[in-house]
Amino acid sequence: MSGLILSNVTKQFGTFKAVKDVSLSVPDGTFVCLLGPSGCGKTTLMRMIAGLDLPTTGSVALGGEDITQIPTHKRNLGMVFQSLALFPHLTVGENIAYALRIRGIDKAEQKKRVDELLAMIHLPGFADRSVGKLSGGQRQRVAIARALAISPKLFLLDEPLSALDAKLREAMQVELRQLQQRLGITTIVVTHDQREAMTMADTVVVMNGGEIRQAAAPVDIYRRPADSFVADFIGSTNLIPFQADDRGQASIFGSTIEGFSLVGAKAGTISVRPEDVQIVTEDASSVTGTVAFIRDLGGTVETFIEAGGQQIIAVASPRARPDVTIGQTVGLRFDPETSVVLAR
Amino acid sequence: MILLRRLFFFAVGLFLALPLIVVAGVSINEKQTLAFPPQGFSLAWYGEIFLNDDWRNALFASLTLAALSAALALLVALPLAWFLWRRIAPWANIFQLLGIAPFTLPPVITALGLLTFWATSGFYGQPWTAVISHAIFFVTLPLVTLSLGFSAIDRSLVEAAATMGADDQTIFRTVVLPLILPYMVSGYAFAFVLSLNEYIVAYMTVGFTMETLPIKIFNALRYGYTPTMASVTVLFLVIAALVFGLIARFGDLPKLLGAMGEDR
Amino acid sequence: MRREPPQRFPDYGPLMFPAAMLVVFFVIPFATMIAVSFFERQQGGFYEPAFVFDNYGRFLSLFFGKVLAFSLFLAMAVAAACVTIGVPFTYLLSRSSRGTQIRWLVVLLSILSLSEVMIGFAWSTLLSRTAGITNLFAMLGLMDAQALTPSFGAVMTAMTYQALPYTVLVLYPALVRLDPTLTEAARTLGASPVRAFFTVIVPALRNTILATLIMVFIFALGSYLLPQLLGRPQHWTLSVLITDQAIYQSNMPFAAAMAVFLVLVSLSLVGLAVYAGRQKEAA
Repeated sequence: MSGLILSNVTKQFGTFKAVKDVSLSVPDGTFVCLLGPSGCGKTTLMRMIAGLDLPTTGSVALGGEDITQIPTHKRNLGMVFQSLALFPHLTVGENIAYALRIRGIDKAEQKKRVDELLAMIHLPGFADRSVGKLSGGQRQRVAIARALAISPKLFLLDEPLSALDAKLREAMQVELRQLQQRLGITTIVVTHDQREAMTMADTVVVMNGGEIRQAAAPVDIYRRPADSFVADFIGSTNLIPFQADDRGQASIFGSTIEGFSLVGAKAGTISVRPEDVQIVTEDASSVTGTVAFIRDLGGTVETFIEAGGQQIIAVASPRARPDVTIGQTVGLRFDPETSVVLAR
Repeated sequence: MILLRRLFFFAVGLFLALPLIVVAGVSINEKQTLAFPPQGFSLAWYGEIFLNDDWRNALFASLTLAALSAALALLVALPLAWFLWRRIAPWANIFQLLGIAPFTLPPVITALGLLTFWATSGFYGQPWTAVISHAIFFVTLPLVTLSLGFSAIDRSLVEAAATMGADDQTIFRTVVLPLILPYMVSGYAFAFVLSLNEYIVAYMTVGFTMETLPIKIFNALRYGYTPTMASVTVLFLVIAALVFGLIARFGDLPKLLGAMGEDR
Repeated sequence: MRREPPQRFPDYGPLMFPAAMLVVFFVIPFATMIAVSFFERQQGGFYEPAFVFDNYGRFLSLFFGKVLAFSLFLAMAVAAACVTIGVPFTYLLSRSSRGTQIRWLVVLLSILSLSEVMIGFAWSTLLSRTAGITNLFAMLGLMDAQALTPSFGAVMTAMTYQALPYTVLVLYPALVRLDPTLTEAARTLGASPVRAFFTVIVPALRNTILATLIMVFIFALGSYLLPQLLGRPQHWTLSVLITDQAIYQSNMPFAAAMAVFLVLVSLSLVGLAVYAGRQKEAA
């Protein structure tokens, strides 16, 4: 079997388990984002893939070969570090050529490859510049080119865009995705930015507490979160508790809402995205609440409603602005089609 | 790689330890010989340091000199470091430079400078001249640790104290002093240990009228070896290890050394 | 607190005592020494004010030329040995656990502070016939016990011993601050740990290493007792000669002239070290 396969990988530092029994399969040519809050184990997982840390238990295989014990420098991979780790004593060209030099490739070949890569990252003619004199975005591109110099089987990036400002970051996300699609290289990116993950990845792997919570396509992660952590971490959502009544229907804050398929769960949480919350006049099929605050952001209008002792947010476009005022009692309707039942 | 590192650490450790192991071995010889491996076992040579008048006087001279000169060095360094931190006065950095110079230049230069000075001023040979000489020679150490200590103080703490009505002196007493106290202690300790072991400046300034322990050892070396030299060496090594061990225990030794190298 | 230039006279108060101490007991002695270096020597160890270059002229003899050349050579050899051992050692130390680092730092500081007299005594014992290392070899039947001092090797070894802790402590801050991902990056790019050390760490630190080399050189230049205790007269350094002239030959003007010369050599090297340090930031 080809691609990258992690089997039951665990990493323990003293008594702390940074990564707990992670298994993941990354098919060749896919773009995977490891996404999660800081301390979730995503960077440790990537360092184990790179061989910079050894797994306590479990194995890492690449292209059908077990590489768990292979030292980093024999893995033929490309990695971009959060700090970028550009060698300060080398020029741009020498940085990019480093992996080629280590492999004893002749000078003319090195130069040709460096020129190719510089063209690829839109920095032609930068070979003799000092890396200290580059802008943030340029340094970023050089680090990427350096990692790709040997055309590695596996391309790893650890928070690669975190040092860039918001605008440049968005542009680089698109550029990175296009580059990956053109080269067809298996790519893994560690990030804590969900927008970044959604923009670039074929598969988003959401991690928390050292475990994989969900691994799926971005749209599925958003539409079909596997648990309340994923639902809350990706985008914003309303997590509303429910109980099942005698007929197997969901009872929310005392109102029975028909149509949810509870799959036999007695109680749990329903995740409703703010854009899916409808504000209606109170009736038997809606949940009753009181408007607490209205925030008009120009592009969207957010209505905060107190219901059942918690705050529920509804988002609408200005054209569909709900005709409500603060203190007004309203009904809330959740569409079973767009809501997700997270059984406990 | 890990094996390579262990091996290398072991080799360096052995190189550093070997002379000290032999000295420690020699110090427990039963008879007055420098045999190694030691013949017999006796702690008499440690007792000798305190029982023999010459050695005891030299030890007390060294301890007194170290205690006083380190205190004087701290008294010179503290106001200087505080002033440089408190005021914008780039020209005053010249004094910082003067404080660091004696320690950076070969010691024989400072020693000779002080020798000519004390000889010219007519105080040559007075015991107190050694205190001043050592204080100037080692003022670098408290100066560097204190500069580091001051730079570590968040200035907004001082500003907060000012908004609550504290004047400059009160701020110094209630905020600044407690925060730099650890740096004062380590600066004093560094100066103390180095003064205890210093030879050439002490020798050139008071060598003919007073015997510190290093001078005593050197003088004794000319007339032959005795195991007491070994026991004194071990004693001094233990004192140094104890002082630096305490600094490491109660302070942040890596940080203290991490910034010290910057100024040198 | 506004941080501002001192305005009124009392603002200068704290500076008074340190400034006075440093000027009276460092600047004036230093100036005295320079002045004396131009004085004329009288019989019986006295000297009187004059302005002659005779004392400097005496350097030009073959004897002092040799001593100077030997001093510089010895200091250079010690600096080279210390840096060769010290750079990989400090690098590995900076990558060790905090506990390991602290233990080594305590050991290094203790040895660094150990009196030169004691280091000399320790090495002369270790290299002696009765208590020395050769006894160990003799026990194993490899050779007969013999004295290894006085010799150039003994001077060189003991000075390396004395300067190595200093070298490590000078290198330590730069190596601790070195971005650890630089080595990791080199390894992901295919360099073995040893290769990464030589292709990335050493070149990235070349200015630090150069500055350290110079600092250790100056440190070694100041060594005074070890050449006397462990070497033959031809192994004596300028520091020994200065003391000898000042104390035993009572020729202060000549000692002062040699000291001034030593200052000039040291200062120009410190300048070079500072310059090398600046380059580090520019790179």
